[in-house]
Amino acid sequence: MENLLNAFILLVNYIVIPATAYGCQLAIGALGATLIFAVLRFSNFAHGELMSFGAMITVLATWALQSAGISIAPLSTALLALPVGIIGAVAMTLLTDRWVYRYYRRQRSHNVIFMIVSIGVMFFMAGLIRFIIGPDDQNFDDGVRFLINAREFRQWTGLEEGLAIRSSQAITLVITIICVAALFWFLERTRTGKSMRAFADNEDLALLSGINPERVVAIAWIIAAALATIAGTLYGMDKSYKPFVFQQLLLPIFASAIVGGFGSPIGAVAGGFIIAFSEVIVTYAYKKFFTYILPEQLAPDGLLQLLATEYKFAVSFIILVLVLLIKPTGIFGGRSS
Amino acid sequence: MSFLVGENMTGGYGNADILHDCTIGVEKGEIAVIVGPNGAGKSTAMKAVFGMLNLRKGRVLLDGEDVTALAPQARVAKGMSFVPQVRNIFTSMTVQENLEMGGFIREDELSGTIEQIYDLFPVLKEKRRQPAGELSGGQRQQVAVGRALMTNPKVLMLDEPTAGVSPIVMDELFDRIIEIARTGISILMVEQNAKQALEIADKGYVLVQGENRFTDTGPALIADDEVRKTFLGG
Repeated sequence: MENLLNAFILLVNYIVIPATAYGCQLAIGALGATLIFAVLRFSNFAHGELMSFGAMITVLATWALQSAGISIAPLSTALLALPVGIIGAVAMTLLTDRWVYRYYRRQRSHNVIFMIVSIGVMFFMAGLIRFIIGPDDQNFDDGVRFLINAREFRQWTGLEEGLAIRSSQAITLVITIICVAALFWFLERTRTGKSMRAFADNEDLALLSGINPERVVAIAWIIAAALATIAGTLYGMDKSYKPFVFQQLLLPIFASAIVGGFGSPIGAVAGGFIIAFSEVIVTYAYKKFFTYILPEQLAPDGLLQLLATEYKFAVSFIILVLVLLIKPTGIFGGRSS
Repeated sequence: MSFLVGENMTGGYGNADILHDCTIGVEKGEIAVIVGPNGAGKSTAMKAVFGMLNLRKGRVLLDGEDVTALAPQARVAKGMSFVPQVRNIFTSMTVQENLEMGGFIREDELSGTIEQIYDLFPVLKEKRRQPAGELSGGQRQQVAVGRALMTNPKVLMLDEPTAGVSPIVMDELFDRIIEIARTGISILMVEQNAKQALEIADKGYVLVQGENRFTDTGPALIADDEVRKTFLGG
């Protein structure tokens, strides 16, 4: 019995908790990308760097607050700095839209042109970020590190396995729930949110109904920038802020959005969790788990790991390819991408 | 002087003209129908009146005001409303949301107009919470017309409203269109089902190759031997 409990705690600690936190980060990232796809009809390759940019401004603002001695301990100062990061990212998207994307919109350019342009924007932002904060890791999370500590948990329950919940993981989950609820309320209940859905559904008819396309586009950028900053900051708090990881995050984010159905917000959330759980489940080494649940003589010798951690991005790739082969519109039937 | 009139319209999508000196108009509270063979420029004439086509010659007057230079959206604000032939509803949104989006430019309360549209099309009230894309062809057309009526237009323009619906649904839709006209809204529509449409038309336009061939009241056109033989199939 105790062995079963230990095995259960092991899975929760190493799979459920980290995958949930990672799934939240992917879900918010994918929501932003899917929104831009729904309204502007192109895959925004700069979305990863946008997350990085927003997170960078948040890091800088956090440092400023820390040196000014302002804190909201036991919570991270970064939460207080988040609005500054969001404003920075919103300014960035609105300016790139004004100076770059709007020109191609007026030219009525093909989606592929927009996608290539967004790759250019991606390189520009990546360079700008390295100019400002440099390519190195930055630690900025100063809050209480653990909500539940593994050692205390062991003492408290008497179990062999510890359960640790980092406060950044708990914050990630809470903020994700708030963001997703707020976004769905906005899209389903408000006039502006409905006009965005109408524009995404049928652009010509939206124009005939008097919906202003420039306004819809601006709001889409503002929401995408806010979500990207939140996702980037949460990812940075959970791991640490590294400018180069965001380009790698682009693949699981696009995979999440496409698995759920590109252009479908609920699909982006579901896709985020599907990708995160698959990555963690496939790359986890089950040796200890089976040692607990099997009799002693059957205890495994190998690591029992399906895929080495270095290959975790292959998981998103495989899921992405499978979805595109079997159901290109994704689970919730977005537009075929 | 008609309430809405496109006078001597000449123009097309590229360099080649589709319309040649074509005139289309409708009186207040009346029904005008544009008929003609395939490729006659019926839909094009309608789009020209709504400003979706650049005119090289001619002008469009709404209640005596020249609206030739206005974009379609601006004409909506002036009291014109247009139901396209295809993609004329928001398929992923509910019936009620479709109507709300139809009245997007209005600042006042929409619920009264929505109730009027539910009175006109009772089936839509039953399906108000259902995504419009899940409805039958005839019901979709009702949503499309309902959406266009949400702006409280003075002129309602319909591009083949009965395309792809059954004859029973077609009769039903024509009845509703007559009802709408009785409330004082002018109706300008393009129809493939020429005979049935001309029966309810106060004015009929037979277009051939972008030109006016016959113009008369609906019943007079049906009675005309040449029109009947050539365009109505005997």
